[in-house]
Amino acid sequence: MKKLLPLAALIVFVIVIQKMTGWTDTRFYLTQLTMAAYYALLIVGLCVVMGYAGQISLGHAGFFAIGGYVSAALTTINLIAYQDRVVIRMLDGFGLLVAGQDIYGDAILVVAPWAACIAAVVCAGTTAWVLGIPVLKLKGHYLAMATLGFGIIIYRIVLASAVFGEADGISEVPPLPLLPGLTVSGDFGMREENYYIAWGMLIIGMILLRNLIDSRVGRALRSIHGSEEAAESTGVNTARFKLKVFVLSAVFAAVAGVFLTHYNGGIGPSEASVMKSVRYVAIVAVGGMAHLWGALIMGIVLNFLSLRGVFGSYDDAVFGFILIVIMLFAPNGILSLNWRGYFLGLFRRSGQTEETGRAIDGTP
Amino acid sequence: MSVELFVQYLFAGITYGAIYAIVAIGFNIIYNTTGIINFAQGEFVMLGGMISISLLPFMPLYAAIALAVLMTMLFGALLEICFIRWLESPGVLRMIIITIGLSILTREAALHLWGESIRSLPYFIGDEITTVAILGARISPQVLWVIAVCGLMVLFLSVFFQATSVGREMKACAANRRAAILCGINTRNMVTLSFMLSAGIGALAGCVMSPITSSGYDIGTGLAIKGFTVAILGGLGNSMAAVGAGLLLGILEAFSISVVPLAFKDAIAITILLLILFVRPHGLFGSSTAAGLKEF
Repeated sequence: MKKLLPLAALIVFVIVIQKMTGWTDTRFYLTQLTMAAYYALLIVGLCVVMGYAGQISLGHAGFFAIGGYVSAALTTINLIAYQDRVVIRMLDGFGLLVAGQDIYGDAILVVAPWAACIAAVVCAGTTAWVLGIPVLKLKGHYLAMATLGFGIIIYRIVLASAVFGEADGISEVPPLPLLPGLTVSGDFGMREENYYIAWGMLIIGMILLRNLIDSRVGRALRSIHGSEEAAESTGVNTARFKLKVFVLSAVFAAVAGVFLTHYNGGIGPSEASVMKSVRYVAIVAVGGMAHLWGALIMGIVLNFLSLRGVFGSYDDAVFGFILIVIMLFAPNGILSLNWRGYFLGLFRRSGQTEETGRAIDGTP
Repeated sequence: MSVELFVQYLFAGITYGAIYAIVAIGFNIIYNTTGIINFAQGEFVMLGGMISISLLPFMPLYAAIALAVLMTMLFGALLEICFIRWLESPGVLRMIIITIGLSILTREAALHLWGESIRSLPYFIGDEITTVAILGARISPQVLWVIAVCGLMVLFLSVFFQATSVGREMKACAANRRAAILCGINTRNMVTLSFMLSAGIGALAGCVMSPITSSGYDIGTGLAIKGFTVAILGGLGNSMAAVGAGLLLGILEAFSISVVPLAFKDAIAITILLLILFVRPHGLFGSSTAAGLKEF
C-alpha cells in the first residue's frame, strides 16, 4: 500500500494540473508538459542504468534518435515507386503499408505508423544489445568514452544521410493512431488526450521500473553498483544483468523518441547531439543517481523550464552549471541533502549549526 | 595514386596527427598525476586559438600567442584549484561528470564571448597561397610550423620529465602518489602544475593550427574525442606512444578522405576508438598486465 501512495499522488497531480490549465485558460502549458513527460520517460530509464546498475551512458540521445528517426523515415518515405517489388507486395499483403495522398494530391505508399513504431523500438533495442555486449565490459572513463563515441556516430550518420534529411531532419511525420479516437499527434484538438497519453506512458514506465527495482533483478543491480567483483563472487551474472537493463533503458528511450516524433510531427539532428545525452545525465544526477522519483521530478521540471525557453540562450550553460554544482556539493542529488536538518539548524544556537552545515555537503 | 598526391595526403595527415598527439599528451599528463581523464582538454586548444586571435589587434603575433598560452595556463590552474583540488577521493563517475560540466561551461562562455563566427590567426609566414615544394607536392609553410612546434613540445616535455627536478617530482607523483608525499613532494601543487602544463601545450597547439584549421567556440569536443582515441591507442599514460598513435590516426584519416565521404571523417576515428576499446583497451603499445592494475 505504501508503495502505491507516490503513484496515486502522481496520478492525482497529473489530473489536477490538467484541470487547472483548463480553468485558468493556460492550456498551452500542456504542450510542453506532454513533451517533458516523454523526455522524463527516457530519463527514468537512464536512471536505472546509472543509479542502480552504476553504468554511465553518454549516448542515450542516440537511442532516442534511433527510435524517432526510424519511425519518422519509415512513415514518410514514399514507396510508390517500388510498389511492384516482391518485398513491398509482401509487406502490403501483411497490412503493414498504408496508401494515401500527400498535400499535392499525389499517391503515396508508406509504412503504417504502428508497424514503423514497433520497427523503430526493435531497431533501438537490437542496437543497444549489439553495442552493450562489448561496451558494458568497460568501466569508468572507457565506458563513458565508448558510449559518447556511439552517440557521436549516430549524430554523424543522421547528419550525413539523405534518408534522414541531413541537417533539416524529417518533417510532416503522420500521427500515430493508438486506439480508435486516440492518436498521438500535435493537433490542438487532441491536446488533452495527448497529455494523458504521455503521462500514462510515463506512469506505466514508472510502475515497470519500480517493480524491476524491487525484484531480484533490482537487488542484483544494486549489488553490481556496490562492487562488481563482490556481486560476481556471490553468483550474480553481472554481464547479463547489465546488458538487460541497458537494453531496457534503450527501449524506454526509443519509445520516448517515437512518441515525441509523432507528437511533434518531425525530428531534427539536435535530438541526437551529444549535448542532449549530457543533459539527460545531468538531470539524472540532479535527481540523485539512484532515485527514480528524483529523476522523474527533475526530468519534468527541468525539461519543462527548458522547453518554455526560461533559460534563453543559456540553455546548455545552465545544464553544465547544474552538472558541476550538483557533482561538487551534492553528488547524491539535491533530494538527498539534509534540508530538514538545515532549516531546523537555522533556528538553533550557532554552536549546533556546524554539524548540519557539514551534512549539506552531501558527502555520505 | 601519384607520388605528389601521396605526399600531399601524408603531410595533411601528419599535421592533424601532430595536433591529436599534443591533445593526447595533455590527457596523459593529467591522467598520470590524478588518475582522471579531463574531458575539458579540447577546450584548452580552443581557448589558445581564440584568445590569441582576440589579442592580435593589440600586439605582435608572437606576443599574442605567448600571452594566450600564459592565460590558458592560468585558466587551467584556476579550473583545478576551484573544482578539483579540494575534493577528497572523488569517484571516477563524479570526476567524469565534473570535467564534462567544465567543458560545457567553457564552451558556452566562449560562445557568449566570441559568438559563433569562425576566426583564424594569420599565416605565420606568407599567406594562404604561399607554398613550399616537397617531393613535388605543394605544402604550406604553416604545416611545417605545426609539425616543428609540436615536435619541439614533445622534445621539451621529455627533457622536462627526465632532466628537471620539478619534472621528476611530477613523474614520482604519477608513479606512486603516497610514496611521493612521503618523500616530501607537494602532490597537490604537482596536480595544479599538470593542469597548467597540459593547458599550455594545448593552447600552443591551438595557436599554430589556427591558420590552417580555423578556430571556433565548438572545436573542443571533436579534438577531445580524437585526442582521447589517440591516448588510448598508444596506451593511457604513455606520452611517447601517443605521438606514434597520433600520427597513425592523422594519416589514416587523411587517406580515408580519398575513399569515404568527408562527412564520415569523424566517424572513422570513433570507430577506431570503439574497436581499440573492445579489442585492446591497454593500447597498441601498452601491456595488458600493467593496464589491469590501473583504475579507470
